[in-house]
Amino acid sequence: MYPRSFHYHRARSLDEAVAMLGQLGSSAKVLAGGQSLIPLLKLRFANPEHLVDLNFIPDTSFIEEDSTALHFGAMTRHGEIERSALTKTIPVLHDCAAGIADVQVRNRGTIGGSLAEADPSGDWANALVTLDTTVHCLGHGGARSLPLKDFITDAYTTVLAPDELVTEVEVKIPHKGSGGAYVAFKRSAPVYPSASAAVQLTLAGDVCQDAAIALGCVGLTAIRATEAETALRGKTLNGDGNDKTIASAAEAARAAADPQPDMRGSAEYKRELVVALVKRAIQIAIRRARGERVEGVHLYA
Amino acid sequence: MLVENASKGFIFMPETTAAETLAVQISVKVNGKPYSRQVEARMLLVEFLRDACDLTGTHVGCDTSYCGACTVLMNGLAVKSCTMFAVQADGSEITTVEGLEKDGKLHPIQKAFGDAYGLQCGYCTPGLMLSTHQLLSENSEPNENEIRKAIAGNTCRCTGYMNIFKAIELAARNMRRA
Repeated sequence: MYPRSFHYHRARSLDEAVAMLGQLGSSAKVLAGGQSLIPLLKLRFANPEHLVDLNFIPDTSFIEEDSTALHFGAMTRHGEIERSALTKTIPVLHDCAAGIADVQVRNRGTIGGSLAEADPSGDWANALVTLDTTVHCLGHGGARSLPLKDFITDAYTTVLAPDELVTEVEVKIPHKGSGGAYVAFKRSAPVYPSASAAVQLTLAGDVCQDAAIALGCVGLTAIRATEAETALRGKTLNGDGNDKTIASAAEAARAAADPQPDMRGSAEYKRELVVALVKRAIQIAIRRARGERVEGVHLYA
Repeated sequence: MLVENASKGFIFMPETTAAETLAVQISVKVNGKPYSRQVEARMLLVEFLRDACDLTGTHVGCDTSYCGACTVLMNGLAVKSCTMFAVQADGSEITTVEGLEKDGKLHPIQKAFGDAYGLQCGYCTPGLMLSTHQLLSENSEPNENEIRKAIAGNTCRCTGYMNIFKAIELAARNMRRA
């Protein structure tokens, strides 16, 4: 399957890419990892006249740490994040990176591309919204930085101007005593999840000091389940399967979900999934907040 | 190229003509051999390998980025060549199934797929062997779960996968001994 013919422009710097996009206007699209865009081009759902390729710009793929945050270059591939020892210090990020699609897609797809595409079923936005995440952008008017929650406004919609790019994703390192987990259910590896849950908890002893819970694939954007968070805050969590507090948070998450029925399941089925995934993610987050190492939590059937 | 402009700051001045952005000159090293070709920008890597380089061991299965039959290595990492443009591989090293054999001797991964009956119709096999290649270059002793995860992007509709797992375990064992 061939996409429609397009003009190919290889940017050599971020400034050049921005200038190219400004000049080419709305007939241009940005090619990052291409794992969503190229299938869309092949199906001719998207028919841009120009593609601006970011893959040859140096220094856009990196994972760096400073005293307060991890910094990911926009073109950092999911697979690089999965293999990075630094990322393992924030387990919810490692869970997410290691569970996206399959090995081949993770070798190409990028964290910046995932956020800029803002697919409601995308993994990164949901995992990152439970952390203090800032999206750094560069456009014609210069650089700006936004909290992730203000960056994605709707399905497939961000605040990016047509000639603006994501350059870096910055994630604040959670406090000690904080633990997180990202659990998604997929019918097979290469497909989007049917539903996903991201949880980040801060415990003092067994008491939950703070909680962030987000739901993916069950709304136009990742949904913060604020009632579910409230159900945990200030409560003692024993973390076992019969914990009533966890069950009530999962029920609150069910109410927060707003799924559409599609080939991945009915709305009712997806709400059931949300309950199970939130419970599981909370239980893993509790164990990690206590300092336990828990690996391989991402699910696909 | 960026050029300074008094009213607009920097503006982008294309160094290439419209014809040059539709058809692009690229150089790719495939299985150690350099290939320079002029390709349409929209040409997929898998078509470049099969049609421009005459290397038909890389297969097109679903053509939708699902099945992994088109998997090749780009600079050592498995990618789906139906979901990349050939222009994106410019300057890189690609390994296809034809590049696994050395001096007339099968690669241990190829040998193990044969010895353990890790294939039936064989259509998915080149892709599976290249995914296996990335796995074993990163992890010389993978457990079953790691094997499952490594080939989760490769669909086989004949074998039921059990003999593929056995083939990969056998390849890993033989490569550790070598």
